[in-house]
Amino acid sequence: MADPLIEARALTKRFGDFVAVAGIDVTVRPGEAFGFLGPNGAGKSSTMRMIGCTSPRSGGELRILGLDPDTHGAQIRSRLGVVPQDDTLDNELTVFDNLLIYGRYFDLSRKVARQRAEELLDFAQLSDRAKARVQTLSGGMKRRLTIARALINEPQVLLLDEPTTGLDPQARHVLWDRLYRLKQQGVTLVLTTHYMDEAEQLCDRLVVMDKGRIAAEGTPLQLIAEHSSREVVELRFAPDRNEVMADKVADLAERIEVLPDRVLLYADDGDAVAETVSQRGLRPETVLVRRSTLEDVFLRLTGRTLVD
Amino acid sequence: MRATAYWTTTYKRTWRGSVSSSFLRPVLFLAAMGLGLGSLVDRNGSLDARLGGVDYLTFLAPGLLATTTLMVASQEAMWPVNGAVRWNRAYLAMTNTPLQPRDALFGHLVYMTFRAFTVAASFVVVMLLFGAVESPLVLLAIPAAVLCGMAMAAPMAGYSVALTSDSGFASINRFVITPMSLFAGAFFPVGQLPPWIRPIAYVTPMWHGVDLCRGLALGGIGLWRALGHVAVLGAFIAAGTAVAAVRYRRVLVP
Repeated sequence: MADPLIEARALTKRFGDFVAVAGIDVTVRPGEAFGFLGPNGAGKSSTMRMIGCTSPRSGGELRILGLDPDTHGAQIRSRLGVVPQDDTLDNELTVFDNLLIYGRYFDLSRKVARQRAEELLDFAQLSDRAKARVQTLSGGMKRRLTIARALINEPQVLLLDEPTTGLDPQARHVLWDRLYRLKQQGVTLVLTTHYMDEAEQLCDRLVVMDKGRIAAEGTPLQLIAEHSSREVVELRFAPDRNEVMADKVADLAERIEVLPDRVLLYADDGDAVAETVSQRGLRPETVLVRRSTLEDVFLRLTGRTLVD
Repeated sequence: MRATAYWTTTYKRTWRGSVSSSFLRPVLFLAAMGLGLGSLVDRNGSLDARLGGVDYLTFLAPGLLATTTLMVASQEAMWPVNGAVRWNRAYLAMTNTPLQPRDALFGHLVYMTFRAFTVAASFVVVMLLFGAVESPLVLLAIPAAVLCGMAMAAPMAGYSVALTSDSGFASINRFVITPMSLFAGAFFPVGQLPPWIRPIAYVTPMWHGVDLCRGLALGGIGLWRALGHVAVLGAFIAAGTAVAAVRYRRVLVP
C-alpha cells in the first residue's frame, strides 16, 4: 500500500480547559475520499485546521505528506488545497483577481497563475463570470470559486470543511459533481460534513466523530451494516403520543428509537413491520419505509441526531 | 512581498478617490487654518519667535503633514486589519497558503508604508505650492512623516487584529489619535501647554514626528535632535511590529 498522506495518532486539540479533539487516530491514503461526519461541535473543524497546518496540535502525532506540521507547515501548505467553512473570497475583487492573487501567495508566476486561473474557471463553470465582482455571485458559485481557488497550486490533498452547508439542493448537486470529477482525476479529498447524504455520495471511507472522539470508522456501507439494520420504518403519531405508541410496537423491531417527532423501528424487512403495525390497528399519521442511512448509524452510536 | 499584492490590488479599485483626497485635504487645511486662521495669528505680533520666527502657515504646515500621515496610516491599520480577520477574512485566506501570519503582517505594513508615503508626498507638494517651506530639507520630511505614521500604525495593527468588535476604534480615535493631533505640537508649540502636561506630549510618536518634520521644513533642526526623533519613531515601529507579530500568530493560528 502507498504511504499515507495523512497520519494522526492520538491527535489532540485543547483550547484552555476545553478539549476540542480528544485523541483521534486517522489514516488517509492517496486517491481516497475521506470524510469526518459529525454534528456541529464534534471537533471536525479543529481537526481540519490541524491537518491544514493553521492550528498547532496540543498533543499526539501528526504527519501530513510525511512531514510534521510543527516544523514544515509552510511546505505542507504549499501542497494542500483548503476550502474553508466560511468563504474567504474578496467580495470587492473580480472572480479572476481572486484566483490570481491566491496563486501569487503560492509564488506562482503571473503567467502560470493566469493560465491556471483560466482552466479552473472553466472547471468551476464560471468562465463567463471571470470579470464579475464576487459580490454578485450566488452562494453555489462562490463555493465553486473557493474550490477552484484551492486548486490553483495543484494540491495533492483537497481539504473541504462543510463544502455544501448553506447551499440549496441544486447547487449541492452541481458541487458534488465537480468534487466527484476531482476524485476521478486522482485528487485526494478530505471533507467534513454533517450531512449524511453528502458523506454517502462522496466518501470512500469515513469516521463518525462525536465530542472530539471517533465513534466509528469504515465505508458507508460497512458502517450501516455494522451499526444499523437494512431498513427503517418511520412512524409518526400525534404529538405526545410517540412514547406511548412505541411500547406497542417495540417487539416488532431489532431496535427502536423514539425521537420527539417520530418513532424509528429498525428491521431487515420494513414492509413486513409496517404491515403488522397496521394489522394491530395502530393508526400512525404517516408511515415511511426506507433504507438505513448514516444518520441512523450516528443515532445508534451517540443517541443523538446529526442536525439538531 | 506576496501578501502586499492583495492590498495593492484592492487599492487599484480605490486609488482615484484616495489620490484626490490626498491633495484636497492639505489644500483645505492649509487654506483654512494656515491662511485663514494664520492671518489672525500673524497679526498678533507677526513672526513670533515661539513659532520659530515664521508665519503661522509655515509653522503649521509640517505639523499637519505629520498628523495627516499618522492619521491615514493609523486608519489603514484599523478597519482593514480587523476586516481581514472578521469580514473579508483576507488574512485567513493567506494563512491557508505557504504564507505565515508574520507574512500577512509584513505585507500589510509594507502597503501601509506605501499609503503613508503617497499622503506625505502629496502633502509636501501642496506645501510647496503654498510656499510654506523654508528649506530644501523638506524633502526629508516625507520619509520623516512616513516614520511618524508607521510608528502609530505598527502597534495599531497589533491592536486591531484581535478586536472582536470595532467599537474599540472609536475609543482609539477619540482618546488617542484626536488628542494627540491637537496637543502634540502640530497647531501650537508644546511649550504653550502647562508644564505638567508636556511630558505626555513628548512620549507620543506624534510629537516626535511633528518636531522632526517641522525642523526639516524650516531647516533649523540639529543633527542629533533629528536622529533622536528617528530613533524614538524607529523604536515605536520595532516594538509595535514585534507585539503585532505575536498577536497575529495568536489570532490567525490558534
